[in-house]
Amino acid sequence: MRGYGNSKAPYFFIAPTLILLTIFSLIPIAVALVISFTDMDLTGLADYSAIKFIGLRNYIDVVSDPIFGKAILNTLFYVIIGVPLVIAVSLAVALLINLGKSRLYKVFRVVYYMPSVTNVVAVAVVWGYLYNPSIGLFNYLLGKLHIAGVPWLTDPVMAKISLIILALWRGIGLNMIIFIAALQGIPKSYYEAAQLDGANLWQQMTRITLPMLRYAIFFVSITTMIGWLQFFEEPFIMTNGGPLDSTTSVSLFIYRNGFQLSHFGYAAAGSFVLFAAIIAVTLIQFRMQNKDTDL
Amino acid sequence: MRTTNTQAARRPNRGTALQWIVGVILTVGGILVVLPFVWMIFSAFKTEAEVMQIPPTLFPETFTMDNLRNLFENMNFMVYLRNTLIVVLFSFVGLFLNAMAGFGFAKYRFKGQNKLFLLVLATMMIPGQVTMIPVYLILNYSHLTNTMIGIVLPGLVGAFGIFLFRQFMSTIPDELLEATRLDGASEWRTFLQIILPISKSILAVQGILTFIAGWNSFLWPLIVANDEKLYTLSVGLSLLKGQYAGNYALQMAGSAFMVIPIIIIFVFFQRHIIENYSISGMK
Repeated sequence: MRGYGNSKAPYFFIAPTLILLTIFSLIPIAVALVISFTDMDLTGLADYSAIKFIGLRNYIDVVSDPIFGKAILNTLFYVIIGVPLVIAVSLAVALLINLGKSRLYKVFRVVYYMPSVTNVVAVAVVWGYLYNPSIGLFNYLLGKLHIAGVPWLTDPVMAKISLIILALWRGIGLNMIIFIAALQGIPKSYYEAAQLDGANLWQQMTRITLPMLRYAIFFVSITTMIGWLQFFEEPFIMTNGGPLDSTTSVSLFIYRNGFQLSHFGYAAAGSFVLFAAIIAVTLIQFRMQNKDTDL
Repeated sequence: MRTTNTQAARRPNRGTALQWIVGVILTVGGILVVLPFVWMIFSAFKTEAEVMQIPPTLFPETFTMDNLRNLFENMNFMVYLRNTLIVVLFSFVGLFLNAMAGFGFAKYRFKGQNKLFLLVLATMMIPGQVTMIPVYLILNYSHLTNTMIGIVLPGLVGAFGIFLFRQFMSTIPDELLEATRLDGASEWRTFLQIILPISKSILAVQGILTFIAGWNSFLWPLIVANDEKLYTLSVGLSLLKGQYAGNYALQMAGSAFMVIPIIIIFVFFQRHIIENYSISGMK
């Protein structure tokens, strides 16, 4: 009686989302791939017959584009400094909060999590003020300590670090919560056994806690690395890639070529280079993780 | 239990000393974390001259509402606010569609089910930079650029939400569904009157997260809206940063207006939000 009625019902429930995901996630991949082999720009947008296939030229041009090269180096800088920093700080905060016995420590969870729910444009505007070389709070506080003002956003290297500090501030919360959840999953009996054997706090941490957190650390490092590879809003709002493209990330390069210069084909080719990098990095991480568990 | 008690009793001083050290480190770190917010709020109520003053003041010497008033009277923040609320409203439609799909995947067996669900999960791995340009071209082809529909459609549904709803709804017993079906209720009514009320807790959490995401939405409004009439608060704020680069009091007022509602909502519902991530993080 119900048999045939049920056979249509599930499709009715999943159809709207599947259609939207197809139009806005799956088809776009095919479209991006096709236009990455064309010279599509504003003219092409107005008249599709003006679009010409140019083979691999976009890919050849983009990898030899000096600004793209700079963007890759900047993104590597963000990943190499940012990823370990975010993992170390959020793990440290999670461990400290987990050590606390009073209920008061739940307040710290809220405090450290707060930056991750707030609007990235708003906080970038606030940090832009804090970083201001003459009237910003940071240089004023450094001046109080008789330290010379730091050129936060005007020096090519320092500007990258300043953006990393902002992203670190926003990134602690979510990862900290994942670490705390994993920490609470470690059976108490392990620590009790270790204490009976006379293990001190440091030994308990290095022999029980960190090995038991291996999966959480792996998860956080993959998601954090993918996030940093796509680093966009912070440089877009705070520095717009400057000074002299020293903070331009690959994502910002793609955005700028796609939407400010309307070089759609060229930007699409750049986005596939980024996609390939993300896949490669994820695969390497999985490889390393497997090796770890083999040992 | 006994062992921990004796351990604690043996080293009482070390234990409390450690608690104090941990507390102090976390407090210092916590002050650094909230410092930008505190600075933003106090600066929003200072005059433009006071913000430029050296040495800076912590509390506003002359408390003024001019900056906030300026946002609404001389800038288009009222329009931005309205647009942002429209985006939020639409994102709740998306939430409902996610719940429907989660139910479809959780409570039915049908042809191609696993393949379709894998397809949904696969969309999570596609970076936004790859879809950004083609989605814009698709919207342009459909004449949806510079429209509200074009702003909300690309991010309306999401694999992560579908996944969470499916996880939760899988735990609802099938017997309950069978009973309502025997009473003659349609599948649609079963979903509306039985499934949704049972899923209250996950709907609440997802609702809060949806609100926060909608309120903060930036990239699609930025790409799709050419007309200031369609700007959301975040896009308007980034415009303000460019136009009034030197007026930090005004910038802080704009930021505070965006950030404070979210902080209030977050502090109010933080237990649910944090637990939601703990649950999804463990699975």
